[in-house]
Amino acid sequence: MGSLAEHVSTGSLDRREVIKAILDKRGDALVVTGLGSSCYDAGVYDHPNTFYLWGAMGAAAMVGLGLALAQPKRRVVVVTGDGEMLMGLGALATIGAQKPSNLAILVMDNELYAETGMQPTHTARGVDLAGMAKSAGFAVSETVHTQADLDRAIGALYGTSSPVFIDVKVSNKRYPMSIRMRDGAHIKNRFRENLLGSKAFD
Amino acid sequence: MESNVKAETPARPWASDVFAALKRLQIEQVAFVPDAGHTQLILECHKDPSIQAVSLTTEQEGVAMLAGAWLGGQRGALLMQSSGAGNCMNMLSLAQECRFPMLILVTMRGEWGEFNPWQIAMGQSTGKLLEASGCVVQRVDHAGEVAEVVFAGGQMSFSTNRPVAILMGQRIIGFKDWSK
Repeated sequence: MGSLAEHVSTGSLDRREVIKAILDKRGDALVVTGLGSSCYDAGVYDHPNTFYLWGAMGAAAMVGLGLALAQPKRRVVVVTGDGEMLMGLGALATIGAQKPSNLAILVMDNELYAETGMQPTHTARGVDLAGMAKSAGFAVSETVHTQADLDRAIGALYGTSSPVFIDVKVSNKRYPMSIRMRDGAHIKNRFRENLLGSKAFD
Repeated sequence: MESNVKAETPARPWASDVFAALKRLQIEQVAFVPDAGHTQLILECHKDPSIQAVSLTTEQEGVAMLAGAWLGGQRGALLMQSSGAGNCMNMLSLAQECRFPMLILVTMRGEWGEFNPWQIAMGQSTGKLLEASGCVVQRVDHAGEVAEVVFAGGQMSFSTNRPVAILMGQRIIGFKDWSK
C-alpha cells in the first residue's frame, strides 16, 4: 500500500453537502459534533440544539450516549470524524452493550487527520469502522459511498429504534472554519436553556 | 498468619449510605469501571429503576457520558478505582472548559498497606492529577463520614457547576493481607 504519505480519500461525497442533507432533516433532534471539521461543518447550520466539541478528542459518541439516556424521547445524532471516532473506539462497545433506542452516530470519513496536516488515519489503511460498530452490536451499521446510499442512510439515521452507525466516505476537500462560537460554557448553557427552559438553571 | 491474599469482599457498611447520598442528590446516571470497593454500590444502582447504570470500557468514557447527561438535564456520578484516574485527564478538559458538574467517586489503591507495587504510581498521583485537571478534590478516610462527604461533594458539584472528585481512602475500602 506504500507510505500513504499523500493519501487521497477514497470517498467522493462533499462533506458540506452531506451535513446539509443531514441537518435539513433534523426536526427536533439533538446534535453533538466532534472537534475539527465536523464542528465547522455543523456550524454552517448553527442551531441551539447542537452541542459543539472543540476539543476532548474521542468524546463525541459518549456525550451522545449520556444525552440519549437523559432524553429518551428525542433523537440524538452524533456527527464526528474518523480520527475522533478512532480515538474513542471503546464507546462503540459501551453503546453496543447499552443499546439506546434513540442514538445515531455519523462519521464523516475522509480517511485523514485534516486539522493536523492531512495525515492518513487507519481508515485509509483499510480499518472498517462500520464493521467494528456492527460487531459491537449496532443493529444498523453501514458505509456510504454514493448520494443514493446517503439518502437511504439518512432515513435510517432518524428512523431506527436501535443504535445506528453510518460511515460516510467523503472527499478530502477542506473548508474554512465556519462557526466562531467556541466558549464551552456558553455552548453548554445555550443548549441546556433551549432544551430545558428555566430548569437549566435550577 | 496462615492465610494468603484474601479474595473475599469485606463488609462495607457505608456502601448503602453512599447509595442513599446519590439518591438524595437525584443522581440518575451512574457510569463505572468496576472496583471491588464499589461492588455493593454498583449492585444497588443496577437494582434501582430510576438510575441508569452504565459499564464502561475505560473511565474517560464516563466523563464524556456524564457531560451528555447534564446536557440532557440529568445528574451523573462516575465510579472508578484510582488506577483509572489517569485515563480521564484529556476528557476532563471537557468538564473544565464547559463547567460540567459531575461527582467522581474514586476508591483508592496505592496507599494504605498496598501490596501491589503497580498500584503506587497512580495511587500516589491521583489527587494531584485530578486537581491539575480542574476537579475540586476532597478526601474521606473515616467510614462514618463517607456518606456525608459524598453528599456534600455532590451538592458542591451540582450547585456550582464543576467536577468534584471524592477520594475514598484505601483504609476504609479494606486491607488485603499479603502475609504468607
